[in-house]
Amino acid sequence: MITFWFWIVVLAWVLFFVLEGFDFGVGVLEPLLGRDDHERGAIVRTIGPFWDGNEVWLVAAIGVTFAAFPAWYSALLSGLYLPMAGLLLLLAVRGVTLEFRGKGPDAAWRRRCDLFLALSSGAIVLLWGALLAVFVQGLALGPDGSVRGGGLSRSLDPILTPAAALGAAAALFAALLLGATFLALRTTGPVRRRARTLARWLGTGGAAVLVLAGIAMSSRLVLAAAAISLAAGMLARNGREALAFATTALAVAGAVVAVLTAHGHVVLPSTLNDSWSLTMTAAAATPTALTLLTEFGVVILPGVLAYQAFSYVVFRRRVASERVPS
Amino acid sequence: MLMDVLDLTRLQFAVVTIYHYFFVPLSISLAAVAAGLEIAWLRTRRERYLDLTKFVGKLLIVTFAVGVVTGLVQEFQFGMGWSAFAKFYGDVFGPTLAIEGMLAFFLEATFLALWYFGWDRLPRLLHAATIVIVSLGTVLSAFIILAANSFMQNPIAYALDPTTGRARLTSFHELLLNKVNLAAFPHTLAGAAMVGGALLLAIAVWRLAAEPAHRTLARLGAWLMVAGGAMTALTGDHLGKVITEVQPMKMAAAEALYETTKGAPFSIVTTGPPFPSFSLDIPWLLSILAKGSPGATVQGLDDLQAQYAAQYGPGSYIPMIPVAFWTFRLMIGAGMLAAAIAAYYLWRTRKNRDAPTWLTRWLPLIPVLPAAANTLGWIFTETARQPWIAFGISKVADGISPGLTSGEVLASLIGFTVVYGVLAVAWFRVIRHVSRQPLHPAETPSEDSAEPAPVY
Ligand code: HDD
Ligand code: HEM
Ligand code: HEM
Repeated sequence: MITFWFWIVVLAWVLFFVLEGFDFGVGVLEPLLGRDDHERGAIVRTIGPFWDGNEVWLVAAIGVTFAAFPAWYSALLSGLYLPMAGLLLLLAVRGVTLEFRGKGPDAAWRRRCDLFLALSSGAIVLLWGALLAVFVQGLALGPDGSVRGGGLSRSLDPILTPAAALGAAAALFAALLLGATFLALRTTGPVRRRARTLARWLGTGGAAVLVLAGIAMSSRLVLAAAAISLAAGMLARNGREALAFATTALAVAGAVVAVLTAHGHVVLPSTLNDSWSLTMTAAAATPTALTLLTEFGVVILPGVLAYQAFSYVVFRRRVASERVPS
Repeated sequence: MLMDVLDLTRLQFAVVTIYHYFFVPLSISLAAVAAGLEIAWLRTRRERYLDLTKFVGKLLIVTFAVGVVTGLVQEFQFGMGWSAFAKFYGDVFGPTLAIEGMLAFFLEATFLALWYFGWDRLPRLLHAATIVIVSLGTVLSAFIILAANSFMQNPIAYALDPTTGRARLTSFHELLLNKVNLAAFPHTLAGAAMVGGALLLAIAVWRLAAEPAHRTLARLGAWLMVAGGAMTALTGDHLGKVITEVQPMKMAAAEALYETTKGAPFSIVTTGPPFPSFSLDIPWLLSILAKGSPGATVQGLDDLQAQYAAQYGPGSYIPMIPVAFWTFRLMIGAGMLAAAIAAYYLWRTRKNRDAPTWLTRWLPLIPVLPAAANTLGWIFTETARQPWIAFGISKVADGISPGLTSGEVLASLIGFTVVYGVLAVAWFRVIRHVSRQPLHPAETPSEDSAEPAPVY
């Protein structure tokens, strides 16, 4: 049962990163690919009906972690207090600008919203990338499961490492590719053309960098990422937008699974002493709570997946970005 | 530094939660109003109802956005600032929050988008069903989260695990049906109806000259306030009795009743505490409020303190008396005043009469009163539980995250205050702008509709 719930947590994180990943990417790209107010409006409309539903996967990931692994939830959030606070503030700004953009008084208001949307989306992606790297590296957990250190650096230091910087860069790249392929898939007109071009350049350019990095680190994982990046770029170029998006999404899903399962049974390694690392069993809630969760989860979650899929079907039509002479 | 890390973390929690709770009651009530208006439109086919539905829908979606992003913060808060508490009660709290998220939040988010963007995508009945689902979702999330809070007021349905020392959930439905929750839930919904009604009344009165259709909305809002006011009083009376039973100290603090008294009075104003020199009392009322009979004995603070010290060990078990005393009174006062003003408005506008100018000039400020009543009610509920985080089983000081530094909390407190302040200003500007738009024709908002402009 504990392993089962671990996989549910992984599933929630995967869905969050893939689904919000594309809408974060779209957020960053909005002022870049949209040349005027009209086009930027069209870009926002591609994610308008979805972003909130996507973000609930974050609520689910955190909520299920709390329910099934209270000690993991506690260590992760208190140990990364400041980065988490920053993330929440950025998410607050982003969600609100998305929703307020089209309802404000004038074009200046919308321009300001566009700027905040792009900046906050970009910062969120960078921060998440750094945090995922911390998940792999671990925290300075003491024997009682609390993180050591003093002052602001206690929770800031973990994200100021080279690994975290690498994670941030990788996340930004992935979100941009997801966003570009999603926009290519969901629009018509000039935005679609530009998104396709961007996806091609990102895909092939990214592949080149990744090949070099993969050879330098002699890592097969990175080489595989290079191949996927190249494939996504080629598919986008040939107008196979759905496939390009799906390929990128699968790669992101794979990366998230790799991060969360990097240490097998250890969910959060301690950088101080191996024996202080937090294991799945030690972090888990009691069988009563897990049984309760299972009873609800097996009924609710398939339903959620079904009606979310339904909403994607309802809003499946492409959003036009060209101006229509009326 | 003046405040230690514990006080800062408490302040942080209070600021962030109170802010969330400005938007939540609005979402709850506006969703219900939008659903009601759409159903009214379906049944009568009157254009006016359709226009108003879309208008309330815009208010809802703007408010909901802030509720969502601040709610997300709540979900993280327990782990960030109160990780010892989260670990200790993970079994009780975690499933409650997780089930709320899976059951209610997905429903709300997905169906609100289907409703708002789906006017020309969904068949009419299905479209109306989506907003009804949203409304049910908001009520459901209120019920579940209040169950979590009620556990802190009156811990039940748990056992302490002898090996881990943590609380273990024994029955989920008992947890949900906590008698505090059954009393607090209707009280909270009634309070929500008051703020939502007040917002509608304020906007409608402000725009009435330009938009005659707003008359419907103004009267609807005023009715919601009057009905909500009556319901808060009724349910509040019951809630007071339940709380007297489970936390006698809290109600004694609310009345600053130091000595156990038979036939205790309720004081409207007093110059104490701490100087009990003058007070305006209603005889026997406190006994009636607390126990339902004028002659009943109400336990005083001193007796309770002695009793708790014997039961739980030495220490002070008396919460901050002035805070409890005044928040309780002002909650009732602000809420009842708001309901009275709304009733007066209804009376002055009966049979198509016009309200006097001085009234319409001041009415746009009316939402402040019920919003204040809600906030004060929560401050009362949460501070008069001190020093307990979960009554009778663990103290606030034991709940804080170990290792947390005051620098971290202070930095985030400043960050939240600044960003939340900016969001509040933006919310206000958007609401004002949206309210200025002509009601009819209720265009499907072009910026946001998923509907592309016709292709080719
Ligand atoms: C418009 C809002 C509003 C109005 C007019 C009232 N209340 Fe209230 N009250 C709330 C909004 C509220 C609240 C914010 O919703 C609280 C906070 C916690 C809760 O469950 O509801 C609350 C809490 C609360 C509590 C404490 C519950 C606890 O400690 O768990 C009591 C005893 C009352 N109320 C009693 C009353 C009475 C006797 C009222 C009389 C007329 C009244 N309230 C009006
Ligand atoms: C329903 C879910 C809620 C839960 C689970 C909850 C939980 C908590 C917790 C864990 C604390 C910190 C410990 C403490 O100081 O006792 C706290 C404090 C506080 N909460 Fe709540 N809360 C809830 C709702 C609210 C709401 C809606 C408000 C206000 C609108 C509120 C206002 C406060 C205040 C003012 C404090 C500070 C009390 C003090 O430290 O003196 N709470 N709450
Ligand atoms: C302190 C504990 C609380 C937590 C952990 C919490 C959590 C959340 C979260 C995560 C959301 C966003 C949902 C989404 O993404 O769609 C949210 C919104 C909401 N919350 Fe809270 N909340 C708390 C307090 C409260 C209280 C006290 C109430 C009601 C009495 C409440 C009722 C709602 C409602 C109705 C919504 C949806 C409407 C809206 O977003 O404005 N919450 N909450």
